[in-house]
Amino acid sequence: MAIACVRNLFAVVALGGIYSFLMALALLVLDAVDVSMTEASVGAGVSTVLLLGALYLTRIDEAPPLRVSAAPMVVALAAGAALLYGSWDLPPFGDPAGAIHHHVAPRYLNQVIAETGVPNVVTAVLASYRGYDTLGETTVIFTAGIGVLLLLKGRRRRRDGGGAAL
Amino acid sequence: MMHRETIPRVVTKLLFPFILLFALYVQFHGELGPGGGFQAGVITAAAIILYGIIFGLGAAHRIAPPRLIEVLVPLGVLIYGSVGVFGLLLGGNYLDYFVLDPDTVHGQERGIFWVEIGVLVTVSSTMIAIYYAFAGRGR
Repeated sequence: MAIACVRNLFAVVALGGIYSFLMALALLVLDAVDVSMTEASVGAGVSTVLLLGALYLTRIDEAPPLRVSAAPMVVALAAGAALLYGSWDLPPFGDPAGAIHHHVAPRYLNQVIAETGVPNVVTAVLASYRGYDTLGETTVIFTAGIGVLLLLKGRRRRRDGGGAAL
Repeated sequence: MMHRETIPRVVTKLLFPFILLFALYVQFHGELGPGGGFQAGVITAAAIILYGIIFGLGAAHRIAPPRLIEVLVPLGVLIYGSVGVFGLLLGGNYLDYFVLDPDTVHGQERGIFWVEIGVLVTVSSTMIAIYYAFAGRGR
């Protein structure tokens, strides 16, 4: 809420970093250490640095909007309501009878040592059982990186070299 | 310009090798504990970016040259893809690790190892490249 209200963009970036750290803690509590690590380093670390770098290039205060429009708020509330409505059909959190625990999860959990010899089931699923998905994920990161580089570097080609940081 | 900030500089110098070591631990211990190529790549990139913030972009360019980073971005995807092609050449399906070694379990471990290396290379170099592109713009 504060993020939406504050006009100072520096404060917005700082609040975003705090939010990411809180999310990392929440994921840690949920035993998702991998995701928590990613959230802490990407969400709180790298993206905060990138946003600060972007701030360095612009002004620190948000420009006042030309006219206030209600349409984005309506869209956001409608999407939130639809998600809430959809969540009623989900099984309760941690329900052992949920469909997700009876499809392929038992096979992964029971066969993973015999088939891959990797004790960490998350790694085995990501890299072996779901190898195609992870290949696609890596390709997405590659494509995104190339796209950002082309956008940012398109203008200045021959001006490399050292200098001050951010 | 930066010489007044003694404490961040000293702390960064002290922490830098340990952050990289932690990244390597997350990478190669990912089979046993939490972590893997993506996490290790992000931690590596964070270490380089921290170094760049504290010591200036030029110093970061000296330890991770932009040319090298630009080569590494596609190299990681190629490593990942070539693991699959290697499986094809050995008579299996694409990304089939069982054929990588006579002992199928060992083959799986070998396949996962190389795939994770590919993810590490692409993720870390992409992050660093984006940081370089941002930080190098304001001048």
